[in-house]
Amino acid sequence: MSQKTAPLASSPDVSAELAQSLGIRPFAQTLVEHGLDLIRGETTTLQINLGLLCNHTCRHCHLEAGPGRTELMNRKTVDTVVAYARRESFQTVDITGGAPELNPNLGYLIETIAPEAPRLMLRVNLTAIAQQNTNYLLDLCMANRVVIVASFPSVSSSQTDAQRGKGVLDRSVAMLGKLNALGYGKNGTGLELNLVSNPTGAFLPVAQSHAEKKFRSDLERKWGISFNNLFTFANVPLGRFLTWLIDSGNLDSYMKKLFSGFNPCAVAGLMCRTLVSVNWNGYLYDCDFNLSKGVYLAGHKRHISEMDGLPGSGTRIPTGNHCYACTAGSGFS
Amino acid sequence: MDSYYDPKDLPKFADIGEEAPELAKKFFDYYGAVFAEGDLTEREKALIALAVAHAIQCPYCIDAYTQTCLEKGASLGEMTEAIHVTTAIRGGASLVHATQMRKIAKKLSM
Repeated sequence: MSQKTAPLASSPDVSAELAQSLGIRPFAQTLVEHGLDLIRGETTTLQINLGLLCNHTCRHCHLEAGPGRTELMNRKTVDTVVAYARRESFQTVDITGGAPELNPNLGYLIETIAPEAPRLMLRVNLTAIAQQNTNYLLDLCMANRVVIVASFPSVSSSQTDAQRGKGVLDRSVAMLGKLNALGYGKNGTGLELNLVSNPTGAFLPVAQSHAEKKFRSDLERKWGISFNNLFTFANVPLGRFLTWLIDSGNLDSYMKKLFSGFNPCAVAGLMCRTLVSVNWNGYLYDCDFNLSKGVYLAGHKRHISEMDGLPGSGTRIPTGNHCYACTAGSGFS
Repeated sequence: MDSYYDPKDLPKFADIGEEAPELAKKFFDYYGAVFAEGDLTEREKALIALAVAHAIQCPYCIDAYTQTCLEKGASLGEMTEAIHVTTAIRGGASLVHATQMRKIAKKLSM
């Protein structure tokens, strides 16, 4: 598969027509059939997408992030986001990208938003953080007790490198070792290191508890590395991952797998019910996947500077067929 | 029929119960119980199934248990090693019969 970097507006999507041709009912209809409605609860998490610049072009990336992307949150928008976080009481602030490490405003954001966030999470890809300002960023993370959430799909180099790029496993392991040496992922330090594993292909993720046990054992045995928690998430059929599904002839079976795995019990715990996502330009979405599709918060284009309070509880969250990825099995919470 | 084996036939496995539902129910209940987590994990059982699938060379089983292994968190390395176990046992089963050959040859030889 080619490593494509397309403008966000043209990101591929599982349209209603495409889903119908695969024999899959629209997600909204499936909700109705189960007597469910996807509505916002109390918003407790602010997710900040610092932009699409990344040093990788991962095959499963729903945002089509990569080295050629120029979308980056500037200092003025960072200030607006921090001001919003200061006005509202979020339990968690979750910084993501792209590779947020590559945004030169990351350090400033951490310093200014940390006092407003009881729990501050930073999603890193382990290789970008090794690329520039490493010691400055890691010192800042330690000083502010930032929870580091790192992508780590597999302990197999062939599978990790197939998803993320050649040599990524070895470089990721080296950075995990450095984080452990600083106290991240070690008991009693208060420095939390969590891993995220997405499947390295068109199959569903392992049950989280089983995967965590296996990763813990393998990482300790192979490299002497420890971590706190591991999260497994299904790949979402949007962007570059959807292109790969189509190119590799896996779209039909993957969508049917997601559709047949629909778990009505997962809907109540979906992250979009308690999270608001802000993109690099300051516009708001119900989740990072709707951000990828350009579907705004509650279906209305709104800038964070216009927000007066938290997004309203009880408002309906726009859905699409990509939502099946979050409701398959135990769900995406 | 273009081929005796068609991937589209695999999801029809359950239809086998149409002519003998009670036997099919007993089989599928047993099958489900065998693959449930026990003293062996689901991942370990899937790896054994993958190895056996290669021993009996069942394309349906190879397809199904390749997917199951991946979804249970087995790595490609583990899956490949499991098939080498198949190969070692199959090869060893041939080679160990050399003891018969040697015994008979010894009896016949001066």
